[in-house]
Amino acid sequence: MEVTPAGGAPGSQEGPAVEPPVELPIDAVRPPRPGRLIGAAVALLFLAWLAYTVIVNENLHWDVIVSFLGDGRILGGLWVTIQLTVLSMVIGLVLGVLAAVMQLSDSPVFRGTSALYTWFFRGTPLLVQLIFWFNIGLVFPSFGIGVPFGGPKLVEWQANELITPFTAALLGLAINEGAYMAEIVRAGIRSVDPGQREAAEALGMSHRQVLRRVVLPQAMRVIIPPTGNQFISMLKTTSMVSVIAGAELLTVAQRIYLGNFEVIAMLIVASIWYIVLTTIASVGQHFIEKRFERGHAALGARVRRNLRPFAKEPA
Amino acid sequence: MTAGQAEPMVKIRSLRKRFGAVEVLKGIDLDVPHGQVVCVVGPSGSGKSTLLRCVNRMETIDSGRIWVDGDLMGYAERGDRLHLLPPADLCRQRRPIGMVFQRFHLFPHRTAIENVMEGPITVLRTSRAEARRQAEELLERVGLADRADHYPAQLSGGQQQRVAIARSLAMRPKLMLFDEPTSALDPELVQEVLAVMRDLAATGMTMMVVTHEMGFAREVGDQLVFVDGGVIVERGNPREVLANPRNDRFRAFLGQVL
Repeated sequence: MEVTPAGGAPGSQEGPAVEPPVELPIDAVRPPRPGRLIGAAVALLFLAWLAYTVIVNENLHWDVIVSFLGDGRILGGLWVTIQLTVLSMVIGLVLGVLAAVMQLSDSPVFRGTSALYTWFFRGTPLLVQLIFWFNIGLVFPSFGIGVPFGGPKLVEWQANELITPFTAALLGLAINEGAYMAEIVRAGIRSVDPGQREAAEALGMSHRQVLRRVVLPQAMRVIIPPTGNQFISMLKTTSMVSVIAGAELLTVAQRIYLGNFEVIAMLIVASIWYIVLTTIASVGQHFIEKRFERGHAALGARVRRNLRPFAKEPA
Repeated sequence: MTAGQAEPMVKIRSLRKRFGAVEVLKGIDLDVPHGQVVCVVGPSGSGKSTLLRCVNRMETIDSGRIWVDGDLMGYAERGDRLHLLPPADLCRQRRPIGMVFQRFHLFPHRTAIENVMEGPITVLRTSRAEARRQAEELLERVGLADRADHYPAQLSGGQQQRVAIARSLAMRPKLMLFDEPTSALDPELVQEVLAVMRDLAATGMTMMVVTHEMGFAREVGDQLVFVDGGVIVERGNPREVLANPRNDRFRAFLGQVL
């Protein structure tokens, strides 16, 4: 089929004679800003003084700090911290999507269940939840699969064997994170134009297909930036696990200083590693967000398209 | 089409629809015979878009019956009672009814061709290769073969609407609903979309078109329906009705839009 061209002949340039273009470079003198100079001097002086006191202070034991940065136990704790962060974020995201979808459902039972979940786990301190999960054996001595409400069990585990500090930490962090992610995902789903849902439904898609193929991919644009923040925050929140001896970075650092009494040095070692982790995560977050800011495409499609030069622009 | 040519493609009887306290449709009776183009016009707020959206059950209805190709929309009649259809059956009823929206509603995270492929792949379970082949054909048909790999944001409004039409056609519909398809377009882009619709009508597609384009109604429409205040005030052959409006409100409306 042919497209009628947008009318309008190219306008003829027959105005008054235009002067020949003249280059007018700008090389202006900046006005003096004494306040700024003084402020900068004060700030630099303060930073120099801070660095000096830290460096010359003999109580900080820089040699100890440096020697423990690559210590096997510290690196082991670092690895546990990374595992806990990644696993609890992944599980938390799944729980969050589930809770958010339930929250937006028509069924009052689903909505209520989801609301109860976010209400309870956002309403109680994470620290309390962690200690609770660690001591769950006091409430439920064993877990099993079988007939509920006191019926016979097919398989049964003792809580004391099942709940290690790691599983307790994972339970606490992931379930708590899920409650926060639910709100983030819900906001993301809400941000998608209702017309998108209608267009998908008009094609005959089921609720699940609409969600999976149309709504969630678009909600990701809104979900990803705060999820990055949650991830960075989670890297540090894992340190709370030290109260149940979770074997992550801070627990390990504490164990070492209980032996060698280098309390401050070990805390600085742990802090250095936390800063390294969060810095790496921030850089990653920056790049992922940039990808999503540029357009509406899903990450995979964007990467593919960015790799392909815009060869066939206009026909 | 078991019902035969005598049975219209769309049959609407005593349709009523209210939003809260406001009754938007107050008893609509309308037949759209197979292969005909029915243009629905009327002032804004007259209920014409709602009428269209009731046909594929984007809106639930409060009373009346709508049949599409002999199929009662949204309900199953068992004994002397109506039973609400489960969602899966509703999806099946919607599948052969294409819908084009005022604001296009293309999927922004997919390219033009992926938009067209989406329905066949997800709903009809067509293979990717086959869906792509069909989509290329359809994009060719709406004159956008060279824009297949563009994202909606990189297309003009007219191009987006043409992709949206191709996306609906990919489901091989027997009925197409157009909800003010050119109202969100810059004036110079309206014609390219109307041209596609004109071509589609020429293939014998049954169409219901809510529009303000009286020229299109006159040229392509088999029937023109003027809705005002939730009722059909005037109907007939568009050329006759537009040349000779009998109803006062219709005459006043035409005075404003023409």
